[in-house]
Amino acid sequence: MSAPARTSPPPVARGWKFERVSNPSLAAQILVPIASIIAALIVGSVIMLMAGENPLGVYREMFDGAFGSNYRRSETVVKTIPLLLTGLGVAVAFRMRLWNIGAEGQFYFGAVFATWVALYGLPSSGAWVVIPAMMAAGLLGGALWGGIPGVLRGYLGVNETITSLMLNYVAILFASWLVHGPWKNPVGFGFPGTVVFSPATYLPTWGTTRVHLGLVFGLIAAVILYFVLQRTRWGYEISIAGHSERVARYAGMATGRNMVIVMLVSGGLAGLAGMSELAGNGHSLQRELSPGYGYTAIIVAWLGRLNPFGIIVVSFLLAGLLVGGEQIQLSLGLPSAIAPMLQGIILFFLLGGDLLTRYRIVRVSTTKAAS
Amino acid sequence: MSDALTIGFLTSVLAAAMMSGSAILYAALGEVLAERAGVLNLGVEGMMLMGALGGFAVCSWTGSAELGVIGAVVVGGLMAAIHAVLTVSFQANQVVTGLALTIFGGGLSAYLGASLVGDPAPDRFSRLDIHLLGDIPGIGNILFNQNALVYVAYIIVPSLWLFVYRTRPGLNLRAIGENPATADAMGLNIARQRYMYVILGGGFAGLGGAVISLATNPGWAENVTAGRGWIAVALVIFGTWNPARVAAGAFLFGAVEAGQFRLQGINVPVSSFFLNMLPYVFTVLVLVFSTLRTRRLRIGQPAALGMAYVREER
Amino acid sequence: MQETNPATVRDHSIMPSASPLDEAVAMLGITKRFGPVVANDNISFVANKGEVHALVGENGAGKSTLMSILAGLYRPDAGELRIGGMAVNFRSPGDAIDAGIGMVYQNFMLVDSFTVAENVALGLQGGGIAPRLAQIETKLIDFSNRYGVGIDPQATIWQLSVGEQQRVEIIRLLIRGATTLVFDEPTAVLTPQESTDLIQTLRALAAEGFCVIFISHKLGEVEAVADRVTVLRHGAVVGTVNLAETNRRELARMMVGRDLAGALLEDAEVDPHEVGDVVLAVSELSATSDKRLPALGEISFEIRAGETLGIAGVAGNGQRELAEVITGLRPATGGSVLLGGRDITNAHPRTIARAGVAHVPEDRLRSGLVGPLDLAHNAILRTYRRAPIARGPMLATSAINRFTNRLIADYEVNPASHAARLRDLSGGNQQKLLLARELAGEPALIVAVHPTRGVDVGASEAIHGVLRGQRARGAATLLISEDLEELVALCDRIAVIYESELMGTVAPNETDAETLGLMMAGTRLDDIQLAASA
Repeated sequence: MSAPARTSPPPVARGWKFERVSNPSLAAQILVPIASIIAALIVGSVIMLMAGENPLGVYREMFDGAFGSNYRRSETVVKTIPLLLTGLGVAVAFRMRLWNIGAEGQFYFGAVFATWVALYGLPSSGAWVVIPAMMAAGLLGGALWGGIPGVLRGYLGVNETITSLMLNYVAILFASWLVHGPWKNPVGFGFPGTVVFSPATYLPTWGTTRVHLGLVFGLIAAVILYFVLQRTRWGYEISIAGHSERVARYAGMATGRNMVIVMLVSGGLAGLAGMSELAGNGHSLQRELSPGYGYTAIIVAWLGRLNPFGIIVVSFLLAGLLVGGEQIQLSLGLPSAIAPMLQGIILFFLLGGDLLTRYRIVRVSTTKAAS
Repeated sequence: MSDALTIGFLTSVLAAAMMSGSAILYAALGEVLAERAGVLNLGVEGMMLMGALGGFAVCSWTGSAELGVIGAVVVGGLMAAIHAVLTVSFQANQVVTGLALTIFGGGLSAYLGASLVGDPAPDRFSRLDIHLLGDIPGIGNILFNQNALVYVAYIIVPSLWLFVYRTRPGLNLRAIGENPATADAMGLNIARQRYMYVILGGGFAGLGGAVISLATNPGWAENVTAGRGWIAVALVIFGTWNPARVAAGAFLFGAVEAGQFRLQGINVPVSSFFLNMLPYVFTVLVLVFSTLRTRRLRIGQPAALGMAYVREER
Repeated sequence: MQETNPATVRDHSIMPSASPLDEAVAMLGITKRFGPVVANDNISFVANKGEVHALVGENGAGKSTLMSILAGLYRPDAGELRIGGMAVNFRSPGDAIDAGIGMVYQNFMLVDSFTVAENVALGLQGGGIAPRLAQIETKLIDFSNRYGVGIDPQATIWQLSVGEQQRVEIIRLLIRGATTLVFDEPTAVLTPQESTDLIQTLRALAAEGFCVIFISHKLGEVEAVADRVTVLRHGAVVGTVNLAETNRRELARMMVGRDLAGALLEDAEVDPHEVGDVVLAVSELSATSDKRLPALGEISFEIRAGETLGIAGVAGNGQRELAEVITGLRPATGGSVLLGGRDITNAHPRTIARAGVAHVPEDRLRSGLVGPLDLAHNAILRTYRRAPIARGPMLATSAINRFTNRLIADYEVNPASHAARLRDLSGGNQQKLLLARELAGEPALIVAVHPTRGVDVGASEAIHGVLRGQRARGAATLLISEDLEELVALCDRIAVIYESELMGTVAPNETDAETLGLMMAGTRLDDIQLAASA
């Protein structure tokens, strides 16, 4: 009466299982993004070699173009500003596991509201009045646009990924309509856009560079966000709800309402980014105000591990990537599209590498209690 | 305004609708398959772009548009393979992975295709009039004076519909998206099926790209798809994951797109921008409606869409 | 561990089958361990063709593990498996299915949006691309006529009642060639009428020659449907008896165990204490379960300050819903809950907690604690909105750490650091932290559900000590547990819940194992006392 003896607990079915590790160590959290970047650069060079380019030369030129001189570094900072603000906005939502991919649309909506203030609301006011008003408008517009998927999700359970995505296009088309239609600049020179705003709306810049006040918005926002998330009651509720809706319910937290608030904040930050890009950089509402910041923001947030300070660093790096891309287009005649290409590859490695830090492969342990 | 309503105008719009809608149609059909298997693929735009480039490139090298199509399908499938590996095997977040693919696809296609911009296409899918059928007034012009890729769609749409709703593998596919635990218990290999359908979906997206670069706008230019991949994603929801309805939606969108070109000369009260918003707005409405209804009834979206499947111990 | 009472129990070895040809399933000498826990201890179990064999025991007795081995999900550490007289070795559930073993669980493996026929077709091997639904439909009608299991092959699953869905599961197994059917607590999800129908179906199947194994704790049903009964307790077989040769009392005693009698007689009341005013008054409370079946049927009881009321019963009879309704996590459909005279029926969970109700939930890691976060985050789950933990909208880190450290020290949680990750703690320490947190506000009422589940012996003792201490302080405690020894040790009174109703309330020193077992298996206290005095 003997069966094949087993010396160790046999696995169930397949035998291997990914088991979540409690919290990935800080070292892992930083190492994996770095390793992803390096791996991506390597893969990128392979692609470039196949296309007949010299990757080292390209990389050097990109680095140089982004960080090679004071002026260039400042230009990179200028590009950092919208990435930082939208990245923070996206991160807030992601923390609560709300997949807000509508940052692009929220950006535009904020810009639209701010434009209205600049051109029609307070067309002749001084800077001290119009700039705060535009800030408020940007926050409001973005919050509104983020609030729609927020309400749909918080109270109706509708998937926020798709709704926020769809609203992107509605917002972009709306802005395009305004720019081609009612707000069109009569002396446009063929570039569809509004009239240039009055100088009162221009955000002050730093010295001779084009780095504008938006940077301050971003840095302050990052610090505020960090404190709110780590140190306030509300941030605590977000944290709990992001980990487990059940525990949030057990503790009596108002999850639905929190979802709406989070989306309002998330959208608001993106809207503020739109306003600051307007008032600090473009000075008129144009169709191409954003070259996809809202989407790049998702990479920024993910790469920055949803941590406000990580996002500051990452937004600067990715801005460098974008600026470097533009540089090689100028100096080497290569497409600036190398930048998004590398961004995509970095994210692939990050997503794959994530697995190694957040999970470990475990032989299915059969210590489940008998039931 | 009365000009707009002549038969001739309508038929020319509808004929153009078939053509411009077919690109989105293929991409949307591919996404139907992937989402039915429970995988959300937001990388469709990137796959279409790579497909368009791949198709055009192969055509340029070989001189044959047919080979170009094959190249496009392969390229789309390879891109989708990345998505499959990350989301199925590595259980990465499907939303972020898909977006990474779109950004990557956009960048890679622009980079690799830079030297091909503006090159003339050595071959293309030109209009292939079908005699007899094509001579029927009205309908004939719309349906049977198209290029070969549109005719292929006539076959693929009903085939896919039959596949999903009337075959055994289609039944299994629907089960995986609805209730992967049950499908697993019934012996289906969830991972393998998801790989298959995601890659197949990518192939379709590549095909959709080829329609643009080899038929409707022959040639390559950066970002030639201009957001059609996103419309395809919207159409899948708008058409409630049903190939026939998705096809209708693609056709509708094509009509809107074709119509507004022709309407631009005429004073139409509604701006084209708002017309273009419609697919997106409708998609949101459909999604809200279907979510509210599926609370109890489970009709509509595959219940397990977007969630990685991990076999649990009982 | 074996108890013998020759007068009432036949014997404890395997009942010899009528003939080896009749044997459908033989599990001989099966032992299965999960780490230190022995789930099955040298179990021998034989079920024959054409019989309904009930497998009876409390939670933790080892029934599910044994059947999981039969289903090919686990492999035994020792023992032999024979199907139809032939030795087999299941390497996967697929092997078991091939051998004709069909399992019907409480969670049906059905796709809601498919029809019956489509569900049966799902995953079927062989036969080309067409699903051949028509063929399946014919087969379905044929089967349903044969076994009296009425099913419309074209009905969509979500439209069917639970009983009908269960029938679909059964038919699917039959169509796929199952010859032995195992039902895991099948009536738990059914209405009484559906349960009766099911019992008829099971008898019909047995009459057709199938072997039916029926896991249950409901002795009433076991009596109505089974030919033979095997009773498990603490992982071992207590005995296998023919139903015709035994009675309910005997079965109940076998289920619950004689060693309990010792504890009961010894009178666990070690610390005499005073009992005060009524703290919790539950009056005709009703609620439904997630599956929209009645979970609580007009239950009434009271608990006074300084008193611990235990709720005994096999899991799934309404305990979870009771705890959830009292703590505000589930709506009451009728009746009322009064806390110190104040109506808290259907109040918000936070209001209830503030009013002085502590909740130790049944699954701490899913409901009450967040694994990836540190002890401090978990400790303040109840107190994060008020001083001193919160200063206005901000959280006061130093106060939080102080608070957490105090809890850790008072309850001897290990590792003793507020920054430790909760997931890294042992089950016992996690539970201690949860208790510490819930009891920090000196609540008037403690609702504790399976407080020592998954907790090592040392921590269990500590937790028991805590609960006794709370009782001495004057808290009223509602202790829901499947562990009768725990209940006897801690409670002043024990109520037994069965199918949404209370069968009766007894004091531990005035009852016996048999009575408790009978109540847990469906007999009211009044009826037991009536029968006893007859």
